[in-house]
Amino acid sequence: MSVLVPLAPDPDAALSRRNPVAKLTAAGIVTVAMLVSLDPVTPAVLLVIEAAAMPFSGVRLGTLLRRSWPLLLGIGGVVVANLVAVQGGEVLVEIGPVDVTTEAVESAAAVALRLLALTLPGIVVLAATDPMDLADALVQRWRVPARFAYGALAALRLLPLLSADWHMIGRARRARGLDAGWSPVGRLRAFTGQVFAVLVAAVRRGVRLAAAMDARGFATTGVERTIARPQPMQPADWALVAGTAAAVALAVAVSVALGTWRPPFG
Amino acid sequence: MTGAPAGDTAPVAVDLRGWGWRHGGRHAWALRGVDLRLEPGERVLLLGPSGAGKSTLLTALAGLLDASSGGEQEGTLTLDGRPATEVRSRAGLVMQDPEAALVMARAGDDVAFGLENRGVPTEAIWQRVDEALHAVGFPYGRDAPTAALSGGEQQRLALAGIVALRPGLLLLDEVTANLDPDGAALVRAALAVVLDATGATAVVVEHRVEQVVDLVHRAVVLEPGGGVAEDGPPAEVFDQVGARLAARGVWVPGHRPLVRRRATSTTGPALVRADRTAFRYPAADRAALAATDLTLCAGEAVALTGPNGAGKSTLALCLAGLLRPTGGEVVPEPALDPPQPARPLWRWRGRDLVTRVGTVFQDPEHQLVASTVRRELLVGPRQAGASDAAAGQRADELLERLGLARLAAANPFTLSGGEKRRLSVATAIATAPRVVVTDEPTYGQDALTWAALAGLLADLRDGGCALLTVTHDEDLVDAIADRRVTLVRSTADQGSP
Repeated sequence: MSVLVPLAPDPDAALSRRNPVAKLTAAGIVTVAMLVSLDPVTPAVLLVIEAAAMPFSGVRLGTLLRRSWPLLLGIGGVVVANLVAVQGGEVLVEIGPVDVTTEAVESAAAVALRLLALTLPGIVVLAATDPMDLADALVQRWRVPARFAYGALAALRLLPLLSADWHMIGRARRARGLDAGWSPVGRLRAFTGQVFAVLVAAVRRGVRLAAAMDARGFATTGVERTIARPQPMQPADWALVAGTAAAVALAVAVSVALGTWRPPFG
Repeated sequence: MTGAPAGDTAPVAVDLRGWGWRHGGRHAWALRGVDLRLEPGERVLLLGPSGAGKSTLLTALAGLLDASSGGEQEGTLTLDGRPATEVRSRAGLVMQDPEAALVMARAGDDVAFGLENRGVPTEAIWQRVDEALHAVGFPYGRDAPTAALSGGEQQRLALAGIVALRPGLLLLDEVTANLDPDGAALVRAALAVVLDATGATAVVVEHRVEQVVDLVHRAVVLEPGGGVAEDGPPAEVFDQVGARLAARGVWVPGHRPLVRRRATSTTGPALVRADRTAFRYPAADRAALAATDLTLCAGEAVALTGPNGAGKSTLALCLAGLLRPTGGEVVPEPALDPPQPARPLWRWRGRDLVTRVGTVFQDPEHQLVASTVRRELLVGPRQAGASDAAAGQRADELLERLGLARLAAANPFTLSGGEKRRLSVATAIATAPRVVVTDEPTYGQDALTWAALAGLLADLRDGGCALLTVTHDEDLVDAIADRRVTLVRSTADQGSP
């Protein structure tokens, strides 16, 4: 649950103050570069640049690790799978029946570096973006329908309440004698019952939220909605996009010059 | 003043002629034959027993009842001569539960939300946000997170969200019913300021009449399924029909429901004891409950009072065996017949707990688990191992006693607030526990439900239960408590009422 709850970004950090759609575009450029570069050198150069830019994000390393541990775990899994499954080249280590070969190490390193270089900007951008700013920018710059953007934003606010509901409903069910006991069947039944109760509570909250938004004239036909918080693209926002493109180009150029760059086809 | 033209914010004249409304799928009319005229700027208190259609009328005045809501209308209901459904922006409705009214994560953004929807120009929005926050006495800045506010602060913010839209007609539906006394007083003060400053026409519905009577010029009594029964200055209306209204559940000044106090005061053996019990949430910088001693004895009613944040509900949950204390312990005494092997209360199995400690939660919906009212009452006894016949007999007995018999087959979620509250109490006592813990059982209840609840709690106590009631309701403390325990933010201070 905590992974979904938005962080409160440091409002004074350089990255926090940039337009959210500029940040999304920058993260998108990195994604495209990582999709077309299969070698380990391009992501390695990009990771060095990303690490150098981290202080401008206002996101602390500890927060980042706490936030992204499920992802790091996943990357670790992919690395292990590559080490075990890929065969070819010289055998480096034998662990029981498994041979770890030079090609396996190369492949695992390339995958790990690409995944890290790909996901780091996405996580940092989300952590350094206020959800309200994101919704505003999506509506104003990318013409995302207000009904969708602000509806999703308001629903996001319900997540912590849902977590509180979960605990309170668990206690209330125990007070009715409906706790798990020791048997696995009993546990499963109690869990399903509690999930259902929380879903019912969530739907009721959602309905009430929709009614509250309607009552204040949300999505009324015939009225042009205005903007309380303008989100213009400023020179610094364009600079962020251009800088990211330049960094990506540099990484690819280094790899090409070293003769290591490898596109997906060819 | 910027934004909409002056004509758009002027006080509204309300006119109802032979107006009636029937909800979709119902036979009876919620309201019928209502003739009522409100001059611009007039403030009216709407009175009537539960089911008289007060909230329905407010919803209609807000323009939110139309053909799409699946009901049927007769007669006319107009604001400044136009049907209410066509001029929704002239009316602003504030409701009972502020948490359900707030939309955005930050206070200023929430107030701005309505202004954006109404198409107020960007330059004018923030000035109007600040004016509205100031008018309701909101104590923080625009960036205050809405989730961290107390109930009274949230309700003032919800009011600001409506006031910023400058409605000519303010509709207030029990806006203080869910608040503690301090929060309610602050919201009342904010209302007084707002009504005087805007001069808006206002219609107020409130169970606790004495809380709002100073704000209004006129009182109107509605008859269930009928029209206007009484209309006049509040003092006159109360003189003429006060006793009759009180008998039907309206909280009328000077008419308090009577609950007999017990003649003798014999306290039985101790049943459960909090021993230096404390609780702190993970990563919280302050304990939710400081180390507290409290013993609950058979046949004694304890009222647990104190300001918000002192840990009243937390202590109640610990004593009910529903929360593991992070300091000290909750000890079952031999008279409670604790299950073997001996364990702290929070580790008991649910079915052992349910026959010894019953809990009534602040939100009755949290503890509803079955598809009908009668089945709801079978759950506890069956978990405790009672036979179907015995559980059924107990259920029917409770349904009869709490006036829920005619609702036995209804879905619990469709009940009214008062009925849900009575049902939640019934579920907690269906297994005849020796200890009963209740959290704010009388919030937002009309005088009839209040008297029924107070009577029921007194009966439990007289029948030998140990009763712990978390409450802000001084009337309830007077009516049933043998002992009052007041929590402050650090330690418990014990005394008698």
